[in-house]
Amino acid sequence: MSFPWAEHYTPKHPVMQWMDEKLPLPRLVYNAVGAGYPVPRNLNYFWNFGVLAGLALVIQIVTGVIMAMHYGANDLVAFATVEQTMRDVNSGWLMRYAHANGASFFFIVVYLHIFRGLFYGSYKAPREMVWLLGLVIFLLMMATAFMGYVLPWGQMSYWGAKVITGLFGAIPVVGEPIQTWLLGGFAPGNASLNRFFSLHFLLPFVIAGVIILHIWALHIPGSNNPTGVEVKGPQDTVPFHPYYTAKDGFGAGVFLIIFSIMLFYAPNYLGHPDNYIEANPLSTPAHIVPEWYFWPFYAILRAFTVDFFFVPAKLLGVLAMFASILLLFFLPWLDNSPVRSGNYRPTFKKFFWILVIDVLILGYCGGAPAEEPYVMISQVAAAYYFAHFLIVLPLIARFEKPLPLPGSITESVLNRHNIKGEEDALPGMGADPQPSNAG
Amino acid sequence: MRRRDFINIAAVSFAGMGAVAVVVPLIDQMNPSADVLALASTEVDLSAIQPGQAIKTTFRSQPLFVRHLTPKEIAEADKVDVATLRDPQTLEERTVDGKKQWLITMGVCTHLGCVPLGAGEGENRGEYGGYFCPCHGSSYDTAARIRKGPAPKNLEVPEFKFTSDTAILVG
Repeated sequence: MSFPWAEHYTPKHPVMQWMDEKLPLPRLVYNAVGAGYPVPRNLNYFWNFGVLAGLALVIQIVTGVIMAMHYGANDLVAFATVEQTMRDVNSGWLMRYAHANGASFFFIVVYLHIFRGLFYGSYKAPREMVWLLGLVIFLLMMATAFMGYVLPWGQMSYWGAKVITGLFGAIPVVGEPIQTWLLGGFAPGNASLNRFFSLHFLLPFVIAGVIILHIWALHIPGSNNPTGVEVKGPQDTVPFHPYYTAKDGFGAGVFLIIFSIMLFYAPNYLGHPDNYIEANPLSTPAHIVPEWYFWPFYAILRAFTVDFFFVPAKLLGVLAMFASILLLFFLPWLDNSPVRSGNYRPTFKKFFWILVIDVLILGYCGGAPAEEPYVMISQVAAAYYFAHFLIVLPLIARFEKPLPLPGSITESVLNRHNIKGEEDALPGMGADPQPSNAG
Repeated sequence: MRRRDFINIAAVSFAGMGAVAVVVPLIDQMNPSADVLALASTEVDLSAIQPGQAIKTTFRSQPLFVRHLTPKEIAEADKVDVATLRDPQTLEERTVDGKKQWLITMGVCTHLGCVPLGAGEGENRGEYGGYFCPCHGSSYDTAARIRKGPAPKNLEVPEFKFTSDTAILVG
């Protein structure tokens, strides 16, 4: 699963040679994220976010397993044990704030990772499977985050659980039995809390498993790059270690600094005060909103206010919300322009940024109350979201005249630095010091 | 068919049926347990509820609204042309004969299950004077029928009967 010029693993120490014969785990690591894995030399900092997502998952698992040591998954004590973790457990506040903010940061880096893929055409052949597995990870993350938010058993936990499981209740005929089955009762209760805890503990490890498949599928064609031009020879690549371990290490440092600022100076900024009130089945908070990372989808859900062709508005909203994610599974076949990178697709580039703004608008409306003008704005923005993937992208692929592509990755790197051909063979060019050439 | 193909299919089918049989309890355990299903019915005393007033109580761990309608509210509900409603029902169909002023409904919005406002004193009753769901803006009228917003149905009227002139038994 690599290029023919990849460096070979040759253990020198007798212990490592012995190990390589019995269990070639160091060999696997060397070939996956070591010097044995050649990577395009021109990756910019947008290629850091995959590793950062992995780092975020590690933070979540470590802090999560620790918090599970202090948590009681029972509706009578859940809220109290979370408060006990905050006040009495040594460093408990740190674990909980790191876990709560870690979830937000996980989504931030994953959204950047997804939009990186959208801009540079990383979803296109031969990397469709990488994209599809990434979407599976995204869906698992959303399920995990939703169930995790229920565990503190505050008002937003309770009502979030009620609203989200209510989505399944919109399905005709089988909806209500499914909702009751998911909750283990007619409303969220102890049974729901217990199963959500069990699954919230399980799913991160499922995510870790799918990440292994995601990386495996990635390593067969190798990484995409900012030009979208495939690797043509050894001059186009550098070994993952030390070049990208160093670059990712720097990115991880920046990530941790920003994370620490949130964690230590604004730990509740992304949370909701209502979730510090214990769950009360008789009182709905005035303004139920999910966590910010669900807002774009929540806005699509709420955009449907009238029935259409005998289909109830409620069912339409639910279908649209699920469709907005399922749609992405078809993206590799909806955009069939042969040019990958948005840098060489002038029309695509404009609509890409319109999509980014559209999703930000949806996000804003999803966090706003269900009133005008937000409902109308969400309707327009939701319509554009679907139009972008179903109409705009196929049309652009058909009519756009792409800019001329560089002959190779190396050529684009040399042109960018105005280096003439005779210096082509200079070593060290691969460690590209430029932060970004993204448009 | 060769004997060995038959044995192969038979063996795999047998194991497959066994696997399916094992999955059934694994899925069914998530359904409501006996203690959750063993829910008592709820008795409500109506004597203290004044016209125009409403109370919030619980039925099967979900909120229940009991509302004493004023003559004006009844007139408003009767005035509506039923054919124009999303979920067409008259106030008579939603109340007990001769006790039209007692509107008993679940306090669960039919959209996504929030508790609508309007049963508590001073709460927003929405533009149709009944209930207003703050989650996604569904407005119900004085017969708790859906008039505006995303909810598909009127607030559910549970099964109940009058045990005396001033008491009901729900469920």
